[in-house]
Order: sequence, then structure tokens, then C-alpha cells
Amino acid sequence: MNATQGELPLQSQHDVVLARQAVRRMTQQLAFSLVDQTKMVTAASELARNAVIHGGGGALAWELLNNGARHGLRLTFLDHGPGIANLDLALTDGWSSGTGLGMGLTGARRLVNEFDIESKVGVGTRVTVTRWK
Amino acid sequence: MERIPILRMGEYLLVTIQVDMHDQLAVQLQDDLTQAIARSRAKGVLIDISALEVVDSFIGRMIADTAGMARILDAHAVLVGMQPAVAITLVELGLSLPGVATALNVERGMALLRASLQGDGAR
Repeated sequence: MNATQGELPLQSQHDVVLARQAVRRMTQQLAFSLVDQTKMVTAASELARNAVIHGGGGALAWELLNNGARHGLRLTFLDHGPGIANLDLALTDGWSSGTGLGMGLTGARRLVNEFDIESKVGVGTRVTVTRWK
Repeated sequence: MERIPILRMGEYLLVTIQVDMHDQLAVQLQDDLTQAIARSRAKGVLIDISALEVVDSFIGRMIADTAGMARILDAHAVLVGMQPAVAITLVELGLSLPGVATALNVERGMALLRASLQGDGAR
């Protein structure tokens, strides 16, 4: 029996690659279509990179969901970085903290079905995304 | 150190990305490729991403920037072989790679390079 939840470290850019590969395997296990797999893996890549670069490292908690009617994958990216002072601004296309393109957060939001973000200055950021099959 | 190989074929350079690149490797490739263009005086660069299953905003930006740098170095860059699922995802992500010449495969990409070089010669 396969595990239905777990956690991966996000400390380096290599961890970002490993996270992408792990998320790919999970979406395959859930029999996502190739396009849905690619969208979820890409969203995971953006959010994992954010946690490493802007959040100073963190973790990815994953959970395979089954609500009886459908299957899905929920990913939670947690970091203990500086946090985001203005979430509305951060969720605007093209806004960037200066080192990126400003596409990561907003782009990731468009690639998933459910998106939730909590951030507290000085404490960290938690982004939760879900994609259903 | 890990590197993406750059092959020279006459006046063209060919880069085939076959691994899931971490960010530093992508930056290294940009560095290596611009230097290779300057050193070899290549007129065209083909970047084959047919083996890439994910192109996120960082890799996408790296590719777009590299194509722009090639142009400034007097070379044409053509991105070839993008998987359909990657194209769908990139556009949804908000990255449509404006200004980057693309072709379906290496053969068509090469034809596009030849055509654009002839266009340059005619000017």
C-alpha cells in the first residue's frame, strides 16, 4: 500500500528538482492526464523555488486526497522566511520582490484548482494548492 | 561540474537539454552558450527541449533571455521540440515567450535558421 501523505525538504535548488520529480510520480499514481500532471508539477516547481529562494528554505507536505467521488493532490509549501507584507500586491501579475519575473505565485495559482496563502511578516509563508483529477 | 553539452555543426550550435535542470545549471548554460556563440561566431543556435517535461517561469525566462542575447551577438536562436503539455502550461502560467522563434522539431528549426540567415545576407 502506498503512502497517502508525506513531507519533503526544500533547502536547496536540488530539492526543487527532487520535489518536481516526486510530484510527477504522485500525479501519475493518481492517473492525472499529461497536461494536468504538467500543470501541477510546474506549479510545485514555482512554489518550491519561492520557499527556497525567498523563504530561506522550508518543506513540502503532500497528501493524496480521495473524497469518495474524486481523487486529488494537495501540496503545502511552508517556509520560515521574512513573509510577505502585502499579499494582494504579491498576487498581482508582474509583481516581483526583485529577483524573479513576478510570475511564480500568480502563475502557480492559475495552474491549480484550489489556492490558499497565509503569510505573516517575520514568521513565514504557507501556500496550499490542490488539483483534482 | 555538471554541464549541458553544446555541439557545433558548421555555423550552427546545437544544445539538447536532456536533464531536469536545477536553476544554477540553467544559468550556467546561458553563460556557456553566449560564450560559445562569441567564440565560434555561430550564426544560429538550436535549443532542443523535446526531452523537457517541465518548463517553469525560471527556465522559460532563461530560454527567452538566451534567445535575446544570441540576437545581440548576431546569431539567430530557435527553440525546438516543446512538448504540447509544456506549451499549454507555459501559456497558462503567463509566459508565451514573445520574441522567441520556435519550430516543431530540429529539422524544421534548421530550415528556419537557414531561411533567416539568407534573409540577413539579402539585406
